[in-house]
Amino acid sequence: MADTGPTDWPLWEVFVRSKGGLAHRHVGSVHAPDAEMAMRHARDVYTRRMEGVSLWLARSADILASDPDQAGPLFAPAETKIYRHPTFYTVPDGMKNI
Amino acid sequence: MADDILFQCLLRLGDDSLVLGQRLSELCGHAPALEVDLALANLALDLIGQATLWLELAGEVEGAGRDADALAFRRDPAAFRNCLLVEQPNGDFARTMVRQLLFSTWQQLAYEQLERSSNPRIAEIAAKALLEVRYHAQLAADWVIRLGDGTGESRGRMTAALAWHARFIDELFEVDDVSSATAVAGVAPEPASLRPAFDAAIAAVLANATLAFPTLPRASTGGRRGRHSEHLVPMLAEMQFLQRTYPGAKW
Repeated sequence: MADTGPTDWPLWEVFVRSKGGLAHRHVGSVHAPDAEMAMRHARDVYTRRMEGVSLWLARSADILASDPDQAGPLFAPAETKIYRHPTFYTVPDGMKNI
Repeated sequence: MADDILFQCLLRLGDDSLVLGQRLSELCGHAPALEVDLALANLALDLIGQATLWLELAGEVEGAGRDADALAFRRDPAAFRNCLLVEQPNGDFARTMVRQLLFSTWQQLAYEQLERSSNPRIAEIAAKALLEVRYHAQLAADWVIRLGDGTGESRGRMTAALAWHARFIDELFEVDDVSSATAVAGVAPEPASLRPAFDAAIAAVLANATLAFPTLPRASTGGRRGRHSEHLVPMLAEMQFLQRTYPGAKW
């Protein structure tokens, strides 16, 4: 690989739907000069072994991420609230698919 | 139709894919970006897969006990029937992409006709390969458009690459005994019949790339008769050396 590399190419996040009905899942990222080439690169890098039936791409710069320093205030309070899990119901016998 | 004519026809198809596949493989690990590296490797593997199918069938038609490996690895350069375009060195990225655009565009048009071949085995292979070939032609067109309509440097390189490859275009449409016999039998398209669609497709891409269609110099031909440029022999020497040195080696 050339040392210079395409450093001026923006980064794109790649999401693959492995089969119809399932959600798109984040699989990684590619560099590409524009949206069309990003789609081609994503196809060539992430679906060459029949991994998917659909691709979503988003510019990495457009992804909003939570601040790791705020992880405590954001997520810790939920730890003590197990009643938010719907695990306290008795399920009648014979119920399937629940 | 005589088996030897059909054999020649299949060698042409198989050798085009094999030689270009081998050429593109040389770029593995050397492309300008990781993503492009993978794209070109995918393309090379598609082409070598096509070559395997064509040469396997060629071996059956020949009936001399040679399989696809024997035809690929133990055949002399003068017995190769690929067009001169595909054996040209990779050069810079512009040259690689112009070669791909010209070949894949032609290949797509040819395979769209081969898909309707009177020979069902040929129709079957062409139909399977066509999905790959359409993608190759699109990918090459995308790059040609971006580089042609890109920076001063990329544009200059594209112009030079077009000028370099222009002499190999006519050979793709060359008519000879083999092509005439296969056309009459409905096995393969009349080469010249593909020319208008080819010119239109290339002109559309070049217009998008803001590049001029190159003036065609005197054509270089001969590949279909085994008269190759000086570039094929070293390439085949590298490709074949293992099977030549250790015949039948497996791993």
